[in-house]
Amino acid sequence: MTQATIKTSFTTANFTSLVCKECGAEYEPKATHVCEFCFGPLEVSYDYEAIKRKVSRETIAAGPNSIWRYREFLPVATDNYIDVGTGMTPLLKSNRLARRLGLKNLYIKNDAVNMPTLSFKDRVVSVALSRARELGFTTVSCASTGNLANSTAAIAAYAGLDCCVFIPSDLEAGKVLGTLIYDPTLMAVRGNYDQVNRLCCEVANTQGWGFVNINLRPYYSEGSKTLAYEVAEQLGWQLPDHIVAPCASGSLYTKIHKGFQELIKVGLVDDKHVRFSGAQAEGCSPIAAAFLEGRDFITPVKPNTIAKSIAIGNPADGVYALEIAKKTQGNIELVNDAEIIEGMKLLAETEGIFTETAGGTTIAVLKKLVEAGKIDPEETTVVYITGNGLKTQEAVQGYIGEPYTIDANLDSFHRALERSQVLNRLEWKQVLV
Amino acid sequence: MAVKVLVPTALQKFTQNQATIECGGANIKELLESLESNCPGIKARLCDEQGNPRRFLNLYVNSEDIRFLDGVETSLNDGDEVSIVPAVAGG
Repeated sequence: MTQATIKTSFTTANFTSLVCKECGAEYEPKATHVCEFCFGPLEVSYDYEAIKRKVSRETIAAGPNSIWRYREFLPVATDNYIDVGTGMTPLLKSNRLARRLGLKNLYIKNDAVNMPTLSFKDRVVSVALSRARELGFTTVSCASTGNLANSTAAIAAYAGLDCCVFIPSDLEAGKVLGTLIYDPTLMAVRGNYDQVNRLCCEVANTQGWGFVNINLRPYYSEGSKTLAYEVAEQLGWQLPDHIVAPCASGSLYTKIHKGFQELIKVGLVDDKHVRFSGAQAEGCSPIAAAFLEGRDFITPVKPNTIAKSIAIGNPADGVYALEIAKKTQGNIELVNDAEIIEGMKLLAETEGIFTETAGGTTIAVLKKLVEAGKIDPEETTVVYITGNGLKTQEAVQGYIGEPYTIDANLDSFHRALERSQVLNRLEWKQVLV
Repeated sequence: MAVKVLVPTALQKFTQNQATIECGGANIKELLESLESNCPGIKARLCDEQGNPRRFLNLYVNSEDIRFLDGVETSLNDGDEVSIVPAVAGG
């Protein structure tokens, strides 16, 4: 495990400017996220020739055991970045789940155990707060469905930054508690995530704070690229054939694509066509709906699903996720709440990974795609698990077993064991029927 | 009739750096015209060549997205609050 450190030396940045993804207008790399001319999103632009000169598989392997081994690909200008050991989570070769689904080369990227707050958000926040400090912010903030709140509050605490986070007021108890423990100012907004996000955009106009997913969003979102780099490195510097990832705003999904493309560009991996499939919950599926109806625009929806961490009705990068799914011959598929719970249970029972509802959505979509013949059993498929089930315990309460409460004697134990075996047999029969 | 309009940072150069301005208009379409006469040049930023709000722009009336109301035909009343928000945030 990497020790938490704040480094102090200075190096030259490999990023040059922010560029509008729509019209190409160029901006200085400051705290701004939207094109003044067309309102398109701004994206960090890099000098890939410079990166190519600096990195090799060896220099990366010799780097920290965290996302910062890919520092040359990340938008920080100094080596004074915040390294709390985020990243380098396990890439597991799936045996039992793969067998259950009939896949031969399934891998699970397990960010349910990412550090420090058990979701992929620690990647994006580590990058955003590092950049926030470079830009001189002393207060950081975010609009969150829960995981981002946990991560921003925790890493701000470590870095000594003031923190104010905004969440919908109906979030799971674990996500609220898992934010409050770091002692930020927590605003629980009466409304859904899209309303929280709108409010934060208005607050960002006047407060002078660094909002990780608003005015710092171009830097923040780049952190998700490390999910691509790590998978490539962990596969022995090869790209997979197919990935399945959850889609909320569409940012993670599009940045994994960008990450693979960058590795090809600087020659760290061979060029390869990777198919991109995305997962949404039926109760909030604006991107999947557009994909399934063949539209090239997103119609916002009002979320109603247990998968709260991916319940974004007006996804900022929805159109880009759509483009990538089409371009790569992937799919964006949706599953209902019951399938999401089954997905969570399936992953836990076959691989020992307890994921949250977003992961349940992703596993359920993986299953649906396999059953529909949309994933070839031979393909090297990577499924991204982005959050931890301990945070959303409400979702599975009532759908899993109960303990046998027994007396402290052998007789009581034997009677309970017999009862459990009878129940197991009944369950087995149900499965066979 | 006056409607309060919340203006994002990217457009505040048209409003003398004000985050809010007062405007008129019986619906969103008219409000956009009223904004243009108060702050010349702003409409070309907000709308495409056909005069429709740009792909990445969100407009809210009293916190509700106009796409859940009547779009640019959404009617406005005295004291309403209209918020202009670039969509590219969050997640």
